[in-house]
Amino acid sequence: MTMQSVAAIPVGDAPPVRTKTFIEFEKASIRYGRGESSVEALTETSLKIAEGDFVALVGPSGCGKSTILKMVGDLLKPTTGHVFVAGREIGATPIRIGMAYQNPTLLPWLSIRENVMLPLKIVPPFRQEFRAKKKGEFRERVDALLEQVGLAGFGDRFPWQLSGGMMQRANLCRALVHDPDLLLLDEPFGALDQFTREELWATMQDLWMSKKLTVLLVTHDLREAAFLANRICVMSARPGRILDDSEVTFARPRTIDMTYEPDFVALNQRLRAMIVGARAAPSLSKAAGAAS
Amino acid sequence: MIKDFIDLLRRKSASTALIVGVFVAWELICLLFGISDIVLPRPTQVVGALIQYWPAIMPHAYQTLYTTLTGFGIGVGIGVLLGVIIGSSRLAYDTAYPLLVGFSSIPKVAVVPIFVLWFGAGTVPAILTAMMICIFPVVVNVATGIATVEPELEDVMKTLKASKLDILMNVGLPRAMPYFFASLKVAITLAFVGSVVAETVASNRGIGNMMMIASSSFNVPLVFAGLFVLAGLGVALYAAFSIIEYRTTGWAHRKTDPSAA
Ligand SMILES: Nc1ncnc2c1ncn2[C@@H]1O[C@H](COP(=O)(O)OP(=O)(O)OP(=O)(O)O)[C@@H](O)[C@H]1O
Ligand SMILES: [Mg+2]
Repeated sequence: MTMQSVAAIPVGDAPPVRTKTFIEFEKASIRYGRGESSVEALTETSLKIAEGDFVALVGPSGCGKSTILKMVGDLLKPTTGHVFVAGREIGATPIRIGMAYQNPTLLPWLSIRENVMLPLKIVPPFRQEFRAKKKGEFRERVDALLEQVGLAGFGDRFPWQLSGGMMQRANLCRALVHDPDLLLLDEPFGALDQFTREELWATMQDLWMSKKLTVLLVTHDLREAAFLANRICVMSARPGRILDDSEVTFARPRTIDMTYEPDFVALNQRLRAMIVGARAAPSLSKAAGAAS
Repeated sequence: MIKDFIDLLRRKSASTALIVGVFVAWELICLLFGISDIVLPRPTQVVGALIQYWPAIMPHAYQTLYTTLTGFGIGVGIGVLLGVIIGSSRLAYDTAYPLLVGFSSIPKVAVVPIFVLWFGAGTVPAILTAMMICIFPVVVNVATGIATVEPELEDVMKTLKASKLDILMNVGLPRAMPYFFASLKVAITLAFVGSVVAETVASNRGIGNMMMIASSSFNVPLVFAGLFVLAGLGVALYAAFSIIEYRTTGWAHRKTDPSAA
């Protein structure tokens, strides 16, 4: 795996010291389906994510980004190879995971507060205390989180009374309420307008800086990746693997204005060129295969 | 508030006017063409018969209501259970669904003689027929509600290490409620069909039986009075379930009225 540190403004001191590896893909491949019609979505992918890191995955559509996310969330098992979490095979280590998709999937029959509280009803040790604490401590916990994302006072509303951006904020709260060690985000801001999206980037950055959890973000928006992440992994077209792995060392907290500075723009252009190349590559290799 | 009320009145008044209109037209056509009450009694004659025979009709109506509701209750219970199983397991869905479809496409009249053979004529075949007819719509709707949980939401729940039961209780069942109530409204009207058919074929009590006897003695107004009673019961139960539905699954009828928020 290539570990380049090209794109960024060096902030003066050395890149932050990484603690220990939290998630590790070891030559993990995955196939969907069996036999003739099976699709290899991911091929011998190796990837290490350090504890507390913020990693963005970008790449052409259908290259297996969501697949990687699902493997980390223990929703899919690799066909060959391994995925380790905290040094043990995934599933063996009980870690808490929060997940948010582009579709907020809030439950329409519950208020926003009850929606955000849902993980506390399911994840231990909160689960055991749910009945006793749902009106007291948990309620305050949820309200504090809602306030942090700018939804103070909306706890009693229902999802359909909120705008798309507000629902996505609530969705983030639901993914964070149980203090996860790991946050998995699959294009969470993809359906929002640019201004709302930029606001949510700032919110997301604040949340990450205050909670220090590990985040894996899948996105199509290169500006978003460069604004939020410490590291950006670029994937090849299907079957996916990691083509490039760059550090992003812009100082934090980052601002939207920074995204228009030359270094930032240069990073975006470099990523873009790589993805354009990745999109073109498979058809070339197919043509070569047919010729031989 | 007042505007709402006027609005409601206007919407209801249209349907009331239509109902009244149909009866008035019926009455007038009968009078105009001199149709005999042996063929088609006028609504006023039917109401007359209803009043005249009321003490005799009451026990039959009670019997029909009893068999229908009992059959309906058992049918809905079984339907929910099967619906939950079929909706939450791919295997159960693939295995049981074809059987269920086959089962439900048997005309229910055809099984009444079998029930009579097993249990004798009377209350039990009527209850069983009503039950059988209720199961299918409930199963299909509950299973659909549970099986169509958004895959993203299921992923979110699974990463929280939620058990199948957790997902069912917190997402699947509440989500299936609007489907369930929709099926109840279908099932209750079907249950009447089932119990009345069974009563007509093999019972000495119930509205179905009463109509059989009345028609064999050419008391056509009484036959129609029986129909009116059935329609009345059907509408009343339908309305009751609509109200329960609205109370419990109001979220599915998202109010967009800004003042309601
Ligand atoms: N359940 C499935 N069954 C069969 N093939 C699948 C399945 N899910 C994904 N695939 C295939 O695996 C490949 C990778 O899918 P994945 O969803 O991971 O892509 P992605 O990178 O997230 O794409 P996008 O950016 O469009 O969301 C795709 O080419 C897709 O066709
Ligand atoms: Mg995807």
